[in-house]
Amino acid sequence: MSAVRCVNVSRIFRQGDLEVTGLDNVSIEIEQGEFVCLVAPSGGGKTTLLNAIGGLDEPDSGEVWVGDQRIDKLGKGKLAEMRLKNIGFVFQAYNLIPVLTARENVEFVMQVQGVPAAERRAKSSAILAEVGLQGLEDRRPAKMSGGQQQRVAVARAIVSEPTLVLADEPTANLDSHSADQLMELFVHLNQEHKTTFVIATHDQRVMAYARRIVRLLDGHIVEDIRQQAA
Amino acid sequence: MRAVGIISRLAWRNLWRNHRRTLIMIAAVSVGIWAMMFMTALMRGMVNDMVRDSVKSLPGHVQVHHPDYRDDPNVANFIAEPSGKLLAALNEKDVVGWASRVRVPAVVSSERESRSVTFVGVDPARERAISFVAADIDEGRFLEDRADSGIIIGRKLADTLDTGLGKRIVIMSQDPDNEIADRGFRIVGLFDSSLQALEESYVFTGIETAQQLLKIGDQVHEIAVTGTGFRNIDPLYQSVAAAAGPDLSTLPWYELDSYLGTMLGVMDGFVLVWIVVIFLALSFGLVNTLVMAVFERVREIGLMLALGMKPVMILGQVIVESVMLLLIGLLIGNLLAYATVVPLSGGIDLSVVAEGMEFFGASAILYPALEINDVIMSNVIVIVLGILASLSPAWRASRYQPIEAITKV
Repeated sequence: MSAVRCVNVSRIFRQGDLEVTGLDNVSIEIEQGEFVCLVAPSGGGKTTLLNAIGGLDEPDSGEVWVGDQRIDKLGKGKLAEMRLKNIGFVFQAYNLIPVLTARENVEFVMQVQGVPAAERRAKSSAILAEVGLQGLEDRRPAKMSGGQQQRVAVARAIVSEPTLVLADEPTANLDSHSADQLMELFVHLNQEHKTTFVIATHDQRVMAYARRIVRLLDGHIVEDIRQQAA
Repeated sequence: MRAVGIISRLAWRNLWRNHRRTLIMIAAVSVGIWAMMFMTALMRGMVNDMVRDSVKSLPGHVQVHHPDYRDDPNVANFIAEPSGKLLAALNEKDVVGWASRVRVPAVVSSERESRSVTFVGVDPARERAISFVAADIDEGRFLEDRADSGIIIGRKLADTLDTGLGKRIVIMSQDPDNEIADRGFRIVGLFDSSLQALEESYVFTGIETAQQLLKIGDQVHEIAVTGTGFRNIDPLYQSVAAAAGPDLSTLPWYELDSYLGTMLGVMDGFVLVWIVVIFLALSFGLVNTLVMAVFERVREIGLMLALGMKPVMILGQVIVESVMLLLIGLLIGNLLAYATVVPLSGGIDLSVVAEGMEFFGASAILYPALEINDVIMSNVIVIVLGILASLSPAWRASRYQPIEAITKV
């Protein structure tokens, strides 16, 4: 079964009289366990497509399916529930809630899901160790580096074992060493947990890790290639 | 319910994110609550004092009369002394005291002046328990028995009549046959009331002396009954009314003194208005604080929505934050009010403005009264209105589109 399926998805942004095409009849299918990069120059449509897949933005037309659920017509509450159960997010910045510690940030989604405290604690400890943040559980984001913060965000994205992780420019604010570490972590999690990763980026280093690269330009998919990952 | 823990934790920590702003708001809420409760305690104290003084100054809590007496306080509109069912009702445990009285309009004359007064014949033993006169004797003595032929008058009246203790005055009234009933009395006591009007308009003698003068046998004009408190007298009123029967007129104090009854109702309303007005002033600060807090956290709110937190949980988070702030303010405000009112429970001397106070029927010493009902009402109003005031910023926060909020600069 497909992890994600978009059928003729279009999204037009209006700013006064000006219309900007975000997506134009885009169709794409991503299988469970794939590691996909959406690549495009700024304004090319990669983030718009990512947001449509994540139910963060409603397309003007077309269908968006996550697993066997069509999500483009869901209400706010149902969309939130779908994201909570199925999708882990890693954003470019402002990924963490500043008043919560690393552990509490990781536990956030599980707590909203209603996972019991003991189970949350065990899972968050394990995942923080897995992303190399053992000993930093009680630090707040302001006391962590950008790379560490992104790792916490990744830990939070995968701790509740979603079927799909969506990452938007996850390495944009990281130095090359931290970026490599983060991507290796993604690959490891993809292989270990069979989680589907869809990453929007224009970072060549990130693309090197992907097994499938989908190129967009002006809201169209112009290339969809599979490659041997680094 | 599953997200209560995380909502509370986020609300609490966000509350202290800008601790200076939060502390200022808590201080404002605390002072507001303190002002609400302290002023309410002063007003309650004044009203309680007015009612107590008034009730003690003759009416009692419930009175029984001839049905026509209130409209026409004629000597002929008398009733029998309590007996049978009425007497049994007056001896119930919720009756603190009762007294029957002869009470008619009369003219009092000294050698120099005359004044119209209310001439009251009392049973001294019973009257001591329920009215002010015995305790307020300033000079001389109180009446000794039902047949005491001395007279007690107010100091103010004595000054007006240019008379004094030991001197003689003449009381003139009418008997049931419309014949003049008059006799001389020696002043055996002067009373000093907190209400000047009482000093000027009432004179007291033994009930049997009055009955004899007015030729009404052992009849009386009113039976005054005092219960345990002036606020909840309806059970007492109903019990006495039932025992007195339909042929007699039984009235509670708030109908006997409709001005005072209305005043009490107005004061209750005023307390409510006062609490709401203070809250409205507070609510501007509260809403501003919450709007700022939400505005500063737009991206986080977007993130939480993106991660799967439902809009209703965001709404709840802002409201819980507001409630936490209010609860801290309420706690401090309540403690402040308690700490301010308790040391003043011995009374605040307002003798500087005593004449003005007396105009309202209050005495010169004001006893603040912090009543549990007022405390509960203030706290509940602040919490309920606080939640209502928080709804707008909370609603706004919950309506953000996640991706727009996350990317907001």
